[in-house]
Amino acid sequence: MKKGIFIPGLAVATTAVLLAGCGSGAANGTDSAANSNQKNGGESSDELYVYNWGEYIDENVITQFEEETGIRVIYDLFETNEEMYPIIEAGAVTYDVVCPSDYMIQKMVENDMLAEVNFDNVPNIDQIDPAYMEMSTAFDPENKYSVPYCWGTVGILYNTKRLEELGVAPPTKWADLWDEKLSGEILMQDSVRDAFMVALKKDGFSMNTSDKDELAKAKQALIDQKPLVQAYVIDQVRDKMIGGEAAVGVIYSGEMLYIQEEVANLGLDYTLEYILPEEGTNLWLDCWVIPKNAKNKENAEKWMDFLCRPEIAKANFEYITYPTPNKGAFDLLDEDLQNNKSVFPDINSLVNCEVFRYLGEDVDSVYNDLWKEVKSN
Amino acid sequence: MSKKLLAGPYLVWMAGFIIIPLALIVYYGLTDRNGIFTIANVASIAEPEHVKALWLSLLLSLISTVVCLILAYPLAMILRNRGIGRGSFIVFIFILPMWMNFLLRTMAWQTLLEKNGVINGILSLLHLPNQNLINTAGAIILGMVYNFLPFMVLPIYNVLCKIDDDTINAARDLGANPVQTLLRIWFPLSVPGVISGITMVFVPALTTFVISNLLGGSKILLIGNVIEQEFTRGSNWHLGSGLSLVLMIFILISMAVIAKYDKNGEGSAF
Repeated sequence: MKKGIFIPGLAVATTAVLLAGCGSGAANGTDSAANSNQKNGGESSDELYVYNWGEYIDENVITQFEEETGIRVIYDLFETNEEMYPIIEAGAVTYDVVCPSDYMIQKMVENDMLAEVNFDNVPNIDQIDPAYMEMSTAFDPENKYSVPYCWGTVGILYNTKRLEELGVAPPTKWADLWDEKLSGEILMQDSVRDAFMVALKKDGFSMNTSDKDELAKAKQALIDQKPLVQAYVIDQVRDKMIGGEAAVGVIYSGEMLYIQEEVANLGLDYTLEYILPEEGTNLWLDCWVIPKNAKNKENAEKWMDFLCRPEIAKANFEYITYPTPNKGAFDLLDEDLQNNKSVFPDINSLVNCEVFRYLGEDVDSVYNDLWKEVKSN
Repeated sequence: MSKKLLAGPYLVWMAGFIIIPLALIVYYGLTDRNGIFTIANVASIAEPEHVKALWLSLLLSLISTVVCLILAYPLAMILRNRGIGRGSFIVFIFILPMWMNFLLRTMAWQTLLEKNGVINGILSLLHLPNQNLINTAGAIILGMVYNFLPFMVLPIYNVLCKIDDDTINAARDLGANPVQTLLRIWFPLSVPGVISGITMVFVPALTTFVISNLLGGSKILLIGNVIEQEFTRGSNWHLGSGLSLVLMIFILISMAVIAKYDKNGEGSAF
């Protein structure tokens, strides 16, 4: 009992400090102005605590939501699913609506951390293409907890000119990232599951495997690849590839629109192309969910409904540039964009793709240990 | 009584920002996910990857500290000999970059060292072969030296300024040559500053993860990176805290060294 009182108290103190730090860094001008205006009249039911990825919403959308509903949005950011999870779990700060990825939603469902969404309050859920509701059954079997927000794939981005100089054919599969001619020219993803996905898929294994031999093989493959790798990065793949630092990089599909625009704007003498490796890849889906301890569940549902509105989803798509599962928003887009295969790939090309699944704490720590071995090698 | 009252805000500060976070780290470090006492987290430092990361961190931070000392000592001597007025202006210039965010300055080094970066740009203008600078252990050491050099210069400079000119003149009068003066007068008198500088460089260099991430391309795993990964990617606060406790031992050792050599706090930086 003692522990139960003592620890949350401490956790509140420290995470509140941590989050206060994050919050102030994240708050944008308009948002904080809106906050201070309404501070005096703020009751708990007029608030909404949102916890989202960085750069994952058009900030005008937040303002518009506040103006329309009179709800004050407190907006905090996280960088990885793994960083978000313990904060929700500790419950020191109760968020009303959070935007994790597929496998993390599954973990939260399994650990009974999510509240069921009352879809009567989210009529705009109709706007979501049924294909994505189907896709989300991989982690939310009855579509009870999640509202799809963005989706995408992971593939290889390559610099056509640089590859020509090196005398390497454009990559078509993950195995091409083990070509010794690409020494020092490869950017890999600096995250456990993404890195192992590449190595596992290369050998035709499932990226959700918990088979020791398959994992050992993947680990060895990553260690073999390490001398060829220029750096393990996450968001920097984008800027490094635009800057011509490397010939190939593993990247999330959603960055493509930005990259293509940037290459055009800068008038670069090379082009960057994106391919989906033929062995298959990671198909991911980020969704809005409501934690069980949310204080303003109805506001959270209003938020979900608002974001599913086609014109809002379109505004968000234009800002984030990650493919939207919202068919209403898709219909509003220019034809060029609708046909841009880098952004919206053919469903047919996704045959070998998988969605990440949560594998349980024990397997997770096996992955983490193997990854550490790769990194320290 | 009033003195105690005045200390109140500081005590609250200490409790809130030093003691409670430390207690939390100890709590997390010594428990498992179910909240049961265990020393497994601390003992995991003996795992080969962790030993390797710790060893590499010790090595890199030791090299950076030595490089900082070699650069800082002559600089501090020059500054002192320029006299208070002009010397302190140079010190001011020296601290000026520290007003900029540490992260930004490290990222600036990234653009300098990159394959298509400024340094390689200049090299290719001169028709010299491009160098592979970034994502190496050397780049990490460079980053550490650059970021932590002021912490070495300032304490040494402060101590040197307090050495009376008469002491030096007396040594010269008595026939000591410059080398003897340096080794037998300057250096022994400046030991508190040197020790303080060494700890102020060594400790942050040992625990850094940002520099090795940005300039090492995450290819080089330091103990700071292991801890950071446990928190942000592994969701394993317990293991991360356990390893932090091990690192704290090194920090305690260096504080004990300071306490031994710098009894009067003469070498404090500011």
